Amino acid sequence: MRRIAAVALLLAPMLATAAPVDLTAEQQARYQDLTGQLRCLVCQNRSIAESDAPLAQDLREIVARQIAAGRSNEQIKEFLVARYGEFVLYNPRFQPATWLLWLGPGLILLVGAAVAFWLWRRGRRRPEPPPPDVERIRQLLDEDRS
Amino acid sequence: MSALRFGIPAVVVLGLVVLLAFGLTRDPSAMPSALVGKPMPAFELPRLHQPDQLLGRKDLLGQISVVNVWASWCLGCRTEHPLLEALAERSGVALYGLNYKDERAAALRWLDEYGDPYVASGHDAEGTVGIEWGVAAVPETFVIDAQGIVRYKHVGALDRKALEETVIPLIESLRSDSA
Repeated sequence: MRRIAAVALLLAPMLATAAPVDLTAEQQARYQDLTGQLRCLVCQNRSIAESDAPLAQDLREIVARQIAAGRSNEQIKEFLVARYGEFVLYNPRFQPATWLLWLGPGLILLVGAAVAFWLWRRGRRRPEPPPPDVERIRQLLDEDRS
Repeated sequence: MSALRFGIPAVVVLGLVVLLAFGLTRDPSAMPSALVGKPMPAFELPRLHQPDQLLGRKDLLGQISVVNVWASWCLGCRTEHPLLEALAERSGVALYGLNYKDERAAALRWLDEYGDPYVASGHDAEGTVGIEWGVAAVPETFVIDAQGIVRYKHVGALDRKALEETVIPLIESLRSDSA
């Protein structure tokens, strides 16, 4: 009995993000997934799944209703982007406007690696210092001692 | 040889400094409106003062209009109120209100107390029309041209700078375009 109570208590927070509309288990999973990918525009660092803002509640309801109405994830995202802009998606989509954002770090890494490699090659090509002239050194040391 | 060894990192660091300095001047919370350049969303709402009559998109067409999203519970709306009155008076533009997620009685009381600068206000009790306009905060203000295209969106309370430097010049240029 205590175990059941403990499990119930642990699962209780999930009620906070339960869909406001009746959904099947599969739809519920889509709902959780999708609301995690959409940004709350009021508290901009949280998804609409996490945020308590009234706008987040409204948007969660819209997502739930549209899932229940049979629209695809892409259609729902498109609906919100048309009204709120790209920023509503947590993962910016891969398009000309965001190419630099997505590819930038990789490009910088490549450039850095190329520079590092080039410097290493140049270092190796520097001529070896001449071998020490042992005789001359002995001569100088003898002169010094006398 | 050593000039190059210092030169390359120096250039890279300088480039980075310039880039990041530029980045500091940008506002990370700024969200470009998805509606600018597109036709305003179709909508129909009961009028706040005459709920049996509707206020819709067609009422705004054919003139330059400003749509202001407001509510009686919104503090920023009180701050910007005098500027809205000034806007209506100076530019002669048709100012419409979108009363967002508000109680009708409270909204009417608010207008009585602070003054009603709007030609008419639509009562969006549930906020569904607000979603169509991409409303994320209250207040927000939209400038719409005579063809019904959204030309500018201001998020948050209107301030004097935005009014003088953006909104009024925009309205004047729209007016001279169509003249």
